[in-house]
Amino acid sequence: MAPVTTGPIDVEALRKDFPLLSRTVHDRPVVYLDSAATSLQPRSVLAAMDHYYETTHANVHRGVYATAEEATRLYELARRAAGRFVGAPDPDHEVVFTKNATEALNLVAHSWGRTNLKTGDVVLLTEMEHHANIVPWLMLAEERGIELRYLPVGDDGRLDLTDLDRLLDGVKLVGVSAMSNVLGTINPLADIAVAAHERGALVVADGAQSVPHLPVDVRSLGVDFLAFSGHKMMGPTGIGVLWGRAELLDAMPPFLGGGGMILDVRTDRFVPADVPHRFEAGTPPIAEAVGLTAAVEYLEQVGMERIRAHESALTGYALDAIASRLGGDCRVFGPTSVDGRGGVLSLAYRDVHAHDLAQVLDQYGVCVRAGHHCAKPLMRRLGVSATARASIGPYNDEGDIDTLIEGLAEAGRLFG
Amino acid sequence: MSDLEDLYREIILDHYRSPRNRGELPSPPAHRVEGFNPLCGDEVVVTMVVEDDRLADIKIGGTGCSISQSSASLMSGAVKGKTLPEVRELVRTFKSMMSIHEASLEGEVPDELLNPAELGELAALQGVVKFPVRIKCATLSWNALVQGLEELAQATP
Repeated sequence: MAPVTTGPIDVEALRKDFPLLSRTVHDRPVVYLDSAATSLQPRSVLAAMDHYYETTHANVHRGVYATAEEATRLYELARRAAGRFVGAPDPDHEVVFTKNATEALNLVAHSWGRTNLKTGDVVLLTEMEHHANIVPWLMLAEERGIELRYLPVGDDGRLDLTDLDRLLDGVKLVGVSAMSNVLGTINPLADIAVAAHERGALVVADGAQSVPHLPVDVRSLGVDFLAFSGHKMMGPTGIGVLWGRAELLDAMPPFLGGGGMILDVRTDRFVPADVPHRFEAGTPPIAEAVGLTAAVEYLEQVGMERIRAHESALTGYALDAIASRLGGDCRVFGPTSVDGRGGVLSLAYRDVHAHDLAQVLDQYGVCVRAGHHCAKPLMRRLGVSATARASIGPYNDEGDIDTLIEGLAEAGRLFG
Repeated sequence: MSDLEDLYREIILDHYRSPRNRGELPSPPAHRVEGFNPLCGDEVVVTMVVEDDRLADIKIGGTGCSISQSSASLMSGAVKGKTLPEVRELVRTFKSMMSIHEASLEGEVPDELLNPAELGELAALQGVVKFPVRIKCATLSWNALVQGLEELAQATP
């Protein structure tokens, strides 16, 4: 852990916290540029989970013995850490743990959607949503005939809000990504939330990409729900978060049924528990929650403002270096400047297919994602079937970008 | 870079740059099948004409990576004009070459499992088995072909 907590991140020191960065792939140091898919974990997260399993493990909210009490306390402290990280005013009543961000969005669609949406109601999404914020609504549309509309993406890779007022007509809920997992675009959530609320619509934000990379505060964003994922913010897989305004969650019926989510069960009926346990059926991801706390503490110690500054500078370096060294051969989708843009670089190189680019890059130890990034409507809008996506994390440096460019140039030679 | 050269052999790059039997046959009378690789978004359109128990004509459309495109091109050349039993035998041999992948999950990939002579140019795709994720690319068009032949068999009792 870098001891300095102001000024630029000491990346060289920070990299030492991530064991995976010390391995080699094809006899080369690994160059990890896939943080938009999942981040790496610092040693402190892994140690916290090990420590929990070695000293404390017990089921939560069930036992009265000492370790069970401790496990329950650690699990509930994770709720506070997750809430604190996104500025939740009352984490104990507003933070629901799920399996991942996808389940968090499904929870909103299933529970809030089935309670509040009827035939003819409109849900407004955007063309840049991840499938996780499209398919649950499509399922609801099939089931009860709600209408889906999409805010268009402009040629600059940003949402085109020109027709927002018109598109909001009859809308009950707006589902919008805080930051695109394909274009890196950071969307103006606060503006959209103001416009939506004026028309009586709620806003569910997909924060899977924004929460790990930007300072996020649900109060200043003004959204009503925020979904995010543990494993993209240096925590473990298997845990996600739904933050929702307490009064909304209070009025929502359970999503999954089972143990832990009830006050009483008879043979013919049940009484659900209060929020948040109402939405946490079955044994929850306890060790993962402990890991998430450690991840939040790590990110807080580095500082989200500094992470954003570092990633923004490195994104600028990448945009410039790609343009100057590869020229017109390499196209980067999304905004061309770092303003309102995160470190997600979707690339097309000449007419080399994304799969082939990723395969050549792998030989350089470079980890990138190739494909449609679970955003097929956006891929159609961009007019491509797949892109190679390099995405930046706090542990990346200019050397990583240089290796990426070296690999792209080699792919150009191979397929030229 | 030897693994990479093994994957992207010259024959593969040649078929990728200059795909054979490219396009779509008018359907009908040709039978048309679409195949998708949900992992990467690759799409293949196989159109085929079967006459007298023989695959009289075949064309390949769609978009995809060098492996899926070259595999489809190589396949079209290998099956065109063959009798259906010959086509099925070739599909079986090709698929068994690709299924080495299941063994690779357990341990080392054997370098050679089949007699490449049986497969002709298709043997160039053998390098793919060292890259398990790419096997779906290589088999995309073959699965569409199999689906088409099955549909045709069901349609003509």
